Amino acid sequence: MKLVKEEVQDQLKKGQKPQRMTGAHAIIQSLLAESVDLIFGYPGGAIMPVYDALYDYQDVLKHVLTRHEQGAIHAAQGFARVGVKPGIVLATSGPGATNLITGLADAKIDSTPLVCITGQVGSQLLGTDAFQETDIISISMPVTKWNHQVTKAEEIPDAIAKAFHIATSGRPGPVLIDITKDAQFAELDFLYKKCKGFRSYIPIPKLKQESIDQAASLIDVAKKPLILFGQGVILSQAEQVFKKFVEKTGIPAAWTILGLSALPTEHPLNVGMLGMHGNYGPNKLTNEADLLIAIGMRFDDRVTGKLETYGKNAKVIHIEIDPAEINKNVFADVAVLADARDALLALLDKVSPNEHIEWHDQFKKHMALEVEKVISKELNPEKDGLTMGEVVKRVNDVTKGNGIVVTDVGQHQMIGCRYAKFSQSKSNVTSGGLGTMGFCLPAALGAKLARPDREVIAIIGDGGFQMTIQELGAIFQTKAAVKIIILNNQFLGMVRQWQQLFFDKRYSSTELVNPDFITIAKGFGIEGKTVSERSSLEADIARMFEHNGPYLLEVMVDKEDNVFPMVPTGACVSEVRLD
Amino acid sequence: MKKPFTIVVFTENKIGLLNRVTSTLIQRHINIESLTVSESEFPGIHRFTIVILEEEEKVQKVVKQIEKQVEILKAYYFSDEQTAFAEIALYKINSASVAKEEGLKSLILKHQLKELSKEGEFLILEKTGKKEETNQVFEELKPFGLLGFVRSGRVSLSKMIGSFSGHLQEFELHSKEIITKYN
Repeated sequence: MKLVKEEVQDQLKKGQKPQRMTGAHAIIQSLLAESVDLIFGYPGGAIMPVYDALYDYQDVLKHVLTRHEQGAIHAAQGFARVGVKPGIVLATSGPGATNLITGLADAKIDSTPLVCITGQVGSQLLGTDAFQETDIISISMPVTKWNHQVTKAEEIPDAIAKAFHIATSGRPGPVLIDITKDAQFAELDFLYKKCKGFRSYIPIPKLKQESIDQAASLIDVAKKPLILFGQGVILSQAEQVFKKFVEKTGIPAAWTILGLSALPTEHPLNVGMLGMHGNYGPNKLTNEADLLIAIGMRFDDRVTGKLETYGKNAKVIHIEIDPAEINKNVFADVAVLADARDALLALLDKVSPNEHIEWHDQFKKHMALEVEKVISKELNPEKDGLTMGEVVKRVNDVTKGNGIVVTDVGQHQMIGCRYAKFSQSKSNVTSGGLGTMGFCLPAALGAKLARPDREVIAIIGDGGFQMTIQELGAIFQTKAAVKIIILNNQFLGMVRQWQQLFFDKRYSSTELVNPDFITIAKGFGIEGKTVSERSSLEADIARMFEHNGPYLLEVMVDKEDNVFPMVPTGACVSEVRLD
Repeated sequence: MKKPFTIVVFTENKIGLLNRVTSTLIQRHINIESLTVSESEFPGIHRFTIVILEEEEKVQKVVKQIEKQVEILKAYYFSDEQTAFAEIALYKINSASVAKEEGLKSLILKHQLKELSKEGEFLILEKTGKKEETNQVFEELKPFGLLGFVRSGRVSLSKMIGSFSGHLQEFELHSKEIITKYN
């Protein structure tokens, strides 16, 4: 009955006869047929038959036991974001399933491919408020790209095949398959056929040549064009053609935090970060640009600020795979509905070479001002207290832009995204759209397991660290060599910053009295050290990287530093403040 | 300005899709005025007819968000001028007294009401038409002692050229193209 991955693939190739097996085994076989070799999960009553089947496949299918289902799904997200495969999550019914919701919502808004399989009570018990029963299909509907309940064993292979196709194609996203316990126990004739498409799902719109022609002619006549790139460049594996396009057209390119690392940070045409805590130039000059070329990004409100005054001097080209994003927030003069890579390949031949030297000088001038007013203070502070930025700079010194940086949510996230250097794609993992505190630690675990060959640095605030602190257990158990840096300001820093700037310094429930993180880490078998002096920072960071295995470095930073530049909520991007 | 719009959605026949459609409306805080789900002219494809009161720009955006859902084939929206539409209303009255019967007869003629059922003293009448018409009948039947009233959701068909069948062929063709190109 047991088939290993190669055998399943052989079965597919040779068109072999179906094999009789239980639904639980069929789930495992389906995963193997999709080349899955790592699952994140947490067992429980309604998923026990699958865990029992998993016992037979330990050599080919590794399971990472996180300490909470939320940890499992964030780990799967980290895994998917830096690797080439979707993240796979197993959870039981009821609370196991509901604990996935935050991760599903996060993966949905950040377009991360996940296949989640939840156990469900027996089909005869559905709707009876049985033990650990919850209607996860209804609950997860708005936060999944697709979901489906399976009540019969023979439906399993097709449901899983469809799940993989939907999760990974077009604009990726999370899917959830809910499988009743009786379907896991019952037998079926198993034969796996990969899903390649079906009529009511058009993952990739048909590229219209006229939209490419229109876009190319707008690009060729623009005097002050600006590229805004998002994760679409990474998801469509368009990094190379994107770089060629940027270089040929000579257009300054600014990124959303999900687009970060698609173009090397040090690339001369990379002008930095967009949005609320983005760089001064891209924000200020958005409103001077005469053409905005948005590629695989969705004009999130954190990027656009006040829409009424956003990019008003510019025509807009929007290259986007999801038709519902076109004209949702910003009107597109030319909408190129396509996979970003296809669109850029088509566009690359059409556009004329250009340099835009004067326009670039404006970005340089803005950058010089930002360096003077903000960046130099952050990276080379003259005060006694440590800044978050200098820690990130020290990390850059070691990684040389080759590390994977995983951040949580808040001040440290903005500092991490602003100052971390990247020389390769798929290196920045953060919760962008949903802003999920607690994302970082498990996501870093998943990222390390997907890319054991690369350094994975988890940069976390002291608040977010305590939201999923239990995953130190999963890091301990897997021995994943994640380098954890807590930037500890003993505050929920971003909320405190807002309280300072917009709520008259009324620090309502933002000060944290923290436990001894190093002792906690020690309890999990993880070495660590606290640093509060600049003099030892470099050596301590070096030691963290030299250490064989996971390591926790707690850096005590100044308590009340703020992140600048800043576009206040509801303000126009050109009203970006430097202090 | 808010206006009535009819959203027509063609979907695969699958449990839960109604929930997906309505949750997209709920997310934008849009109230559903009426909703009808039925089979369409194509086997295995269901048709949702949803009436909402909204600004056109918002309708346009929400329709795209509905259409992008997996297993939803196509979503359209129409203003009232662009469609032929009707609703069915049923009215239950006590027709025991002769005096009532006389008055009723003229009302039935005037509004072309259909006698759906007559069990003992209870008469159930049917009126098909626009909301104003079924409301008018409601008002005029009131003096007879209305015992029950129900109105269906709107059913509507577009007056415009072009049909869903053309789109359906396009989808089937396009999904085949994608399969050959990306697999």
